[in-house]
Amino acid sequence: MSDAASTGRQARRNGSDLVLLLRQNAGLVTAVGLFCIVYFLYHLKHPKGFSTQVLVQNSNEIFSLAMLAMAQTVPVLMAGLDLSVGAVMTMVDCIASHTLQGSAWQIALGMVACLAAGTLAGFLNGCVVVYGRIQPIIATLATGAIYIGIALFLRPTPGGKLNEDLNWASTNSLEDFASTLGIFEDGKANWFQPIAWFPTSFVLLLLVALVVWVPFRRSVTGRTIYAVGSAEGAAYMSGLNISRAKLTAFTLAGFFAGVGGLFLAIQTSSGNADIPQAGSYTLNSIASVVIGGTSLLGGTGGAIGSIFGTCILRVISFNFRIFDIAPLLQPLFEGIVLLAAVSLGALGVLRVKNTLELFR
Amino acid sequence: MSTPALKTSIIPLSLFQLPRDDRPIAIAALFIVAILVAGTSYTLWKFGSAPLLSPNYLMQQLQVGSFLGVVAAGMMVVILLGHIDLSVPWTLAAAAMMATAVGGAWAIPAGLGVGLLVGIINGIGVAYLRVPSMIFTLGVNAVMRGLMVWHTGGFAPQTAATDLMRFLAAERSYGIPHAIFVWAAVSVVVIVILQRTALGRYVYAIGNKEAAAYLAGVATRRVILTAFVLCSLTTSVAGVLLAGYSTKAYQGMGDAYLLPAIAAVVIGGTNILGGRGRYLGTLVGVILIVLLNSVLSIMEMPEAGRQIIYGLVIISMLLVYGRGERVMS
Amino acid sequence: MNRNLPDPFLTMRDVSKRYGGVRALEGVDFSCAKGQVHAVLGENGAGKSTLIKIIAGVVQPDSGAMALAGRPITFSGPAAANEAGIVCIFQELSLMPDLSVADNISIARPPRRFGLIDAKAQRRRAEELLAQIGCEDVNPLMRARDLPLSRRQMVEIAKAIGKRPQLLILDEATSALTSADVEKVYAMLARLKTAGVAILYISHRMHEIEALADVASVFRNGRHIETFARGERSNDEIVQLMIGREISAHFPPKPAPRALPPLLQIENLSWENRLDRISLTVGKGEIVGLGGLDGQGQKEFLLALFGVLRQVSGSVRVDGRPVPLSSPAAAKDPTVGIALVPEDRKTEGLMLPMSIADNLVIASLGNLSAGPFVDRVKEKAAIEAAVRRLKIKIGSASDEVSTLSGGNQQKVVIAKWLMTAPRVILLNDPTRGIDVGTKQELYRLLRELADQGAAIVFYSTDYDELIGSCDRVVILYDGRIVRELAGNAINEKNIIAASLNIAQTQAKGGAHV
Repeated sequence: MSDAASTGRQARRNGSDLVLLLRQNAGLVTAVGLFCIVYFLYHLKHPKGFSTQVLVQNSNEIFSLAMLAMAQTVPVLMAGLDLSVGAVMTMVDCIASHTLQGSAWQIALGMVACLAAGTLAGFLNGCVVVYGRIQPIIATLATGAIYIGIALFLRPTPGGKLNEDLNWASTNSLEDFASTLGIFEDGKANWFQPIAWFPTSFVLLLLVALVVWVPFRRSVTGRTIYAVGSAEGAAYMSGLNISRAKLTAFTLAGFFAGVGGLFLAIQTSSGNADIPQAGSYTLNSIASVVIGGTSLLGGTGGAIGSIFGTCILRVISFNFRIFDIAPLLQPLFEGIVLLAAVSLGALGVLRVKNTLELFR
Repeated sequence: MSTPALKTSIIPLSLFQLPRDDRPIAIAALFIVAILVAGTSYTLWKFGSAPLLSPNYLMQQLQVGSFLGVVAAGMMVVILLGHIDLSVPWTLAAAAMMATAVGGAWAIPAGLGVGLLVGIINGIGVAYLRVPSMIFTLGVNAVMRGLMVWHTGGFAPQTAATDLMRFLAAERSYGIPHAIFVWAAVSVVVIVILQRTALGRYVYAIGNKEAAAYLAGVATRRVILTAFVLCSLTTSVAGVLLAGYSTKAYQGMGDAYLLPAIAAVVIGGTNILGGRGRYLGTLVGVILIVLLNSVLSIMEMPEAGRQIIYGLVIISMLLVYGRGERVMS
Repeated sequence: MNRNLPDPFLTMRDVSKRYGGVRALEGVDFSCAKGQVHAVLGENGAGKSTLIKIIAGVVQPDSGAMALAGRPITFSGPAAANEAGIVCIFQELSLMPDLSVADNISIARPPRRFGLIDAKAQRRRAEELLAQIGCEDVNPLMRARDLPLSRRQMVEIAKAIGKRPQLLILDEATSALTSADVEKVYAMLARLKTAGVAILYISHRMHEIEALADVASVFRNGRHIETFARGERSNDEIVQLMIGREISAHFPPKPAPRALPPLLQIENLSWENRLDRISLTVGKGEIVGLGGLDGQGQKEFLLALFGVLRQVSGSVRVDGRPVPLSSPAAAKDPTVGIALVPEDRKTEGLMLPMSIADNLVIASLGNLSAGPFVDRVKEKAAIEAAVRRLKIKIGSASDEVSTLSGGNQQKVVIAKWLMTAPRVILLNDPTRGIDVGTKQELYRLLRELADQGAAIVFYSTDYDELIGSCDRVVILYDGRIVRELAGNAINEKNIIAASLNIAQTQAKGGAHV
């Protein structure tokens, strides 16, 4: 067979592969598209639209919830749920308010301690689910109470003093980050300019997603999580280590929640064991996951989609601010949008021709 | 391939009852005794008295517990189906706010009307649109919150509860708070439904295997809708009662009831995945949580300690009887 | 009389396994050799499935020993069995529906690069393995759930050979395959045989066994009855070994063909591309069987009549009255009176964790209630009557129905429906996985119900059943009725001819799903 023919075949195959991938990830694609539209509209209407300042502000407001959405994604992929993500975030927030002080080394160690705490909390969740054989939703409801208790113990009242430079560096653009740390010629280096305007929190988000999530998804354990969510019995029959996957899933969720808590502490420069906020973050993380295209039944979706889900949720409320919707009406509209967004899946139901398929 | 049966199954009370079903209820009851003993020892040591054992005190605890009890009663039915209702917090608040806003003779019907409406919406979303109940009721909760924020302007509503509401929630007859009577009435209704009616059987059947119930000719969608209506109705009853007890409605009044209601149902032995559980267990679960709370209050345990103990109690009870099977095939 | 096979690769000695009160395997000695296709024969419930599960490491035997190439072994799970070179292709597919074909094929030990899964290498591996079984047209990126059933089964087979088995077990692995694909599998098995792989083959299709097997073992009631080489026993003798007695004793006598008033009238029933203008009339007191190869629309036909499928076109009438076809609740309604015994009793026919009593009455609670309340006295009486009528072997009616044997579970499903006094009874492969004794009781019961005036339609994959119990047999192919047989015309030759004949004259690339 000629080279041209086989190249042609290859090109056609690549083309059809792309179409296939798009169709398989329809949820994610929809979420991305929706986000782009809504965010573009936002910048159009914003008096200071398309400016670094607005980007930085948006990015900061999205970061923590995006982290929690990533955290929630992992147990959901296994058809489970983690109701403690908000609590872990709050607990790490309070830990950070104690440890992020002093010299640069002390702060660095403090950060490590925070992340370790989040990861450990996640690991404990996993142990209760795997070795206790207790359903995730109720197990994490209970452990969440414990983590909130620890948070309250650490910070009965809001307080704590965090290094101010840390706050400045993390909640602004990369240029400010560099100048605070005195690197890259205080952020003025020429090669640095094209990316100097990036919000630091956005870069952080990218880093976490690219360095932690993407490789994890391609790992054997990561794939096992998808397999367990898709068909746990078949996964067992295929000889996959289900316990390890479940443990890893919850541990990773704890890690992401810890990152979210760490940033929250730096952002607010204090520690606050805010229980209602923890609950609201948890529930919003579930909504983000669903809007981002991950199925609550497990097996499909991913953390990238959940990040976009968060962005959609947050940007919609930004839009309310911009479009001058009466503040009193904003929660109502947010609620209606949330309800509509999660009900979109109902369209699929109408297409089902064999009722038995509706029952999983 | 044979499906391994859940070791700690609780089969609904049909004609024939298995003694081992009572295990979670017995354990929870023992735990209540343990709590009372621990608390009484503490008070004896610290104050030289045993208020925990005084009937007046217990009555008051039960009175406060009746609000949670009413919510848990409805929540149990939804959980038995294998679903969950996260719209409780703001349905409760909305029912309270509507009742106080309308006032007069129509106050209580207005409050209950809120529950009815929310229940129907939840039912349609879950049963007919087949949106997962967790996420749909979450959305409904957000909408209810939005509605109430809009309605009240963000402040606590100034309208007061009617006399009837106060009568039902705060007054007593023969030393027994009326709220407990309401709780008892709701309990009787739920027990009768679950144990004596076809609807109750259908609930357990759907919770066990919706496909098989459907193929047996059960009108599964109607049953699910009815269950959600029941849950929202009981939630609105709790809202009306709570407004009567506090003499007014206030923002976020329902937030403290969601997770404890779920916990009470689960501690009482109902499987979170549905299909098994006895109402007596839910009753015991509510009492356990209420007593635990009050003992911790008496011990002046800071909120931090309370939360931790709360979580540990749930986990330890579930370790004893809530465990599932290892996946084999 | 057992044979000593040359150089047994796998040997099992005195292996037993019980499930609750049921003896699945009893003191079984078994061995198989390399480079041979060894068929395992037996009725449903004979113990084949349990034997295979033990070999594949899915369950542990209660007693007995197993040895591989002379060395004693025990398996803690399927992974351990895979390590030892034993790979099993189960009846229930072990694919993850949401993962791609490439992921599924290399699920357990994927090619890695820098610690992560090497997607390109994995895809190439999938392509190679699929090519080995002639399935180059399957795109490895497709999700398993988007493939038709026969393709999924081929992926399952590709996955198994990718594990480089020394002992390959196929448990009804060809049940959903098109005849073209079956040929490809035969070719692959022949190659494996030459390469020295030991092959265990379970199938109910005698023609497959005849084509493939070098050696065959018969199991019955959990015991290993006999092992013999190809050609040593005739088909009749084999069947005799499998069931232990004559076939003809199974079925109650059929009434002579007579004119019957129509009870169920179906006209031009169509649905999607699975049912194509089916028209059928079933008389009052008639048993009509549905035959044909798997997946030709028989299940969909029954589901459509019961109201489970949406947007079904055509008309159905019972006793002259039109049937709404909207839901099982409507079909069950006394004015219509249709009952369906579904395909999978464990997930569709019963609520396994619930009691026998609850399962029995679930379809009749309306009749057993006074107002909104269930009449417990009536309920108890109805339960006792049902248990007696069908001779269901139970401990107490409050036991969990999961403790019953397959046959008794099926009886519960049927009893549940008989309580609704149906006019039309539909059954979807009702005797699958049932012991012989219960089967016979069911055949008698069906004839009795027909004699009392019900119209019965039942789908079976067992030719003997169709021949023995049906007044008429209709063969479905591609969602259409291609042949109707009555009286003496109902025989295996005609049924097979009707099932297959049309397939052979169909254009290549067959329309099977």
